[in-house]
Amino acid sequence: MTRARQLAPTVAIWLVLLTMPMWIGAIGGYTELASRVVVMALAAMALNFLLGYTGTLSFGHAAYFGLGAYGAGMTLKYLVPSTALGMVVGVVAGTLAAALLGALIVRLRGVYFAMVTIAFGQVFYFISFRWNSVTGGDDGLTGWQRQPLAWGPLRLDIQAHDSAFYYLALACFAVSVAAMALLVASPFGRTLQAIRENERRARFVGIAVERHIWLSFVISCAFVSLAGTLYALLNNFTDPRALRWDMSGNFVIMAVLGGMRSFWGPLVGAAVFVVLQDYVSSHTENWMSIVGLIFVLVVLFFPRGILGLIQRRAS
Amino acid sequence: MAQLILFNVFNGLIIGAFYALMALGLSLIVNLSGVINFAHGGFLALGAYLAYSLMPLFGFWGGLVVAPLLTAAIGLVVERVLIRRVYGRDPLYSLLLTFGLAYILEDVTRYIWGAQSLPYPIPAALARPLSTQFFFLTGYRLFMVALVAAAVGGLFFVLGRTRLGMRIRAGTLDLETVSALGVNVRVLRNLNFGLGIYLAGLAGVLAAGMLGLQPTIGTSLIMPSFVAIIVGGLGSLPGTLLGGLLIGVASGLTTVFAPSASEAVIYAMMGVVLLVRPRGLLGEEGRLK
Repeated sequence: MTRARQLAPTVAIWLVLLTMPMWIGAIGGYTELASRVVVMALAAMALNFLLGYTGTLSFGHAAYFGLGAYGAGMTLKYLVPSTALGMVVGVVAGTLAAALLGALIVRLRGVYFAMVTIAFGQVFYFISFRWNSVTGGDDGLTGWQRQPLAWGPLRLDIQAHDSAFYYLALACFAVSVAAMALLVASPFGRTLQAIRENERRARFVGIAVERHIWLSFVISCAFVSLAGTLYALLNNFTDPRALRWDMSGNFVIMAVLGGMRSFWGPLVGAAVFVVLQDYVSSHTENWMSIVGLIFVLVVLFFPRGILGLIQRRAS
Repeated sequence: MAQLILFNVFNGLIIGAFYALMALGLSLIVNLSGVINFAHGGFLALGAYLAYSLMPLFGFWGGLVVAPLLTAAIGLVVERVLIRRVYGRDPLYSLLLTFGLAYILEDVTRYIWGAQSLPYPIPAALARPLSTQFFFLTGYRLFMVALVAAAVGGLFFVLGRTRLGMRIRAGTLDLETVSALGVNVRVLRNLNFGLGIYLAGLAGVLAAGMLGLQPTIGTSLIMPSFVAIIVGGLGSLPGTLLGGLLIGVASGLTTVFAPSASEAVIYAMMGVVLLVRPRGLLGEEGRLK
C-alpha cells in the first residue's frame, strides 16, 4: 500500500508526459510548447542536481546550455547533417567547458561561487555575439535543420513531425532523469547530500569535498548541455540569448518555483514557468515585469516551491 | 600607433571608472549584507533616466546632483520593503529577488521612457575637444574622470572618517558585535544600501552623457562590475577600485589589437586571477568561505 502510494505520483507524471502531445492542443497549447516544457524541465532538473542535492548555487548554467545548442547547430551546419552527432558534439563541448571552468571555481562558496559562475557564463555569450562569421552573431545561427534519425532499418522522422521530436526529447529526458535518480540514490549522491547538509563535517570525515562538488558540477552541466542541444534542434535555430545570464536565472527560478528539495520539483516549475511565459509574452509587451514579479513573489511567499507546499500540507 | 594606444588606454580608463563606481556600490552591499544586488544595473538606468527627465527643471548640473539622490531614495525604499526580507537567508533567495527586481526595473524604465535610445545633451563647454592632437580628450571625459575620482575620494572619506562609515566597516567585519554595542543594524544596512545605490545612480548620469540613454544601459555594465570585484579581491574596496580600472584598461588595450575580444578579455583575466590567486589581487584571506 505505501509502496503503491509512493509510486503513484511518478506513474502519474510519466502518464502525463507520455500523452502530452495528444491533449495539449485541446487545452490551447501546441506540440512545440510541450517539447519546450520537456527540454526546460531537463535543464532545470540538471541544475537541481547541483543546487538541490549538492547545495551549490550556479547562476551560470546557461553557458553550458548554450554551448550544447551551438555545438549541435554548428555541427549540423558546417560538419555533417547528422542529428545524433550534433548532440554528441554539443554535450562534449558543454561538459569539457564545465570541467575546465569548474576546476577554477570549486574553491569558492556561497555568493562568490554564484558570482563567478555568472561572470564566466558571459564569456560564451560574448563569443557567440561577436564571432559573427561563425556563429551568426546577434542574428543567431540559421541555415540548418534537424535531420531525421536513422538507425539501421529504424527511422524516426523528427524533421517532419513535431510529435516525433517530442518523443525524442522525452526519451532523452527519461534517460537523463533515470541516471540522475540513480546517482542521487548512490553512495556518491549520498555524499553530495552530506556535503550539502554540513560541509565542515563532511570534510572532517575525510570526504574530498572539492572533488565531489566539481564532479557534481560537471555532471549537472553535461545534462544541461544535452538540454541545450535539444533546444537548438527544437527551434532549428539558436542565438546568443540561449546562453545569456537571464537564461541561467530562468533555470534557477524553475527549480525553486517547483521545489528544489523534491526530485520532480523542477519539472513542475519548468512546466508552470514555460507555459506562463508563453501565455504572458503573447498577451502583453510588459512580460518582463510579470516574470520579474514571479521571481519576487516566489522568494517572498513560496521559497519551498509548489511541491514543497503540497508536501507540507500533506504531512 | 602610439596615439591609438593612448586613446584606447584612456578610453579604457573611463570605462573602468564606470565599472569601479558600479562595483564599489555592489561591494559595499555584498560586504555588509551578503546580498549580490543584481538590480544594480537597473538602478543605474533609473539614475540616468531621472537625470534626463529632470534636465528641463534643473539643467545638466542640477540633474547631476539631484538624480543620484533620488535614485538612492528609491533604493532606501526598496531595501526597506523587499531586500531586508532576504537577509540571513540562503544567498539563492537574494539573488533571485534582485534578479526579478532587475527585470522589473528594466521593464518599467522601458514603459515610462520608451525602448528607443534617447540623446542626453551635455553642456557645450564640456563637449569640446581640448587639444587638436589628442582629439579624444574632450572636456566631458576629463570631467568624468575627475568626478569619479572625487566620488571615490568622498566614499573613502565617509568610510574612513565619519561615524556611519566606521560602523559600516565594523559591521562588515562582525555585524553581531556591532549590533550588541547598540548600533541599529537595520538602519545601518538600509543606509549602506542607499549609499551603494547612490553610486549606481551617479554612474548612470555620467554614462548617459557618454553612451546615450537605453533601457539596457545598466545590464551591459553590471557583469564587468562582478569581474572587477572578483579580480580586485573579495571584501576589499580598494581592490574593487583597482579591479575596475584594471579591466577597463585591459579591455581598452585589447580593442587596439583584437576588437572583437575586448569583452572576453576581462573574463580571461578573471580566470587567471582565480587560478593563481583565488582571493583576488587585494582580497583578504578567508573571505572565500
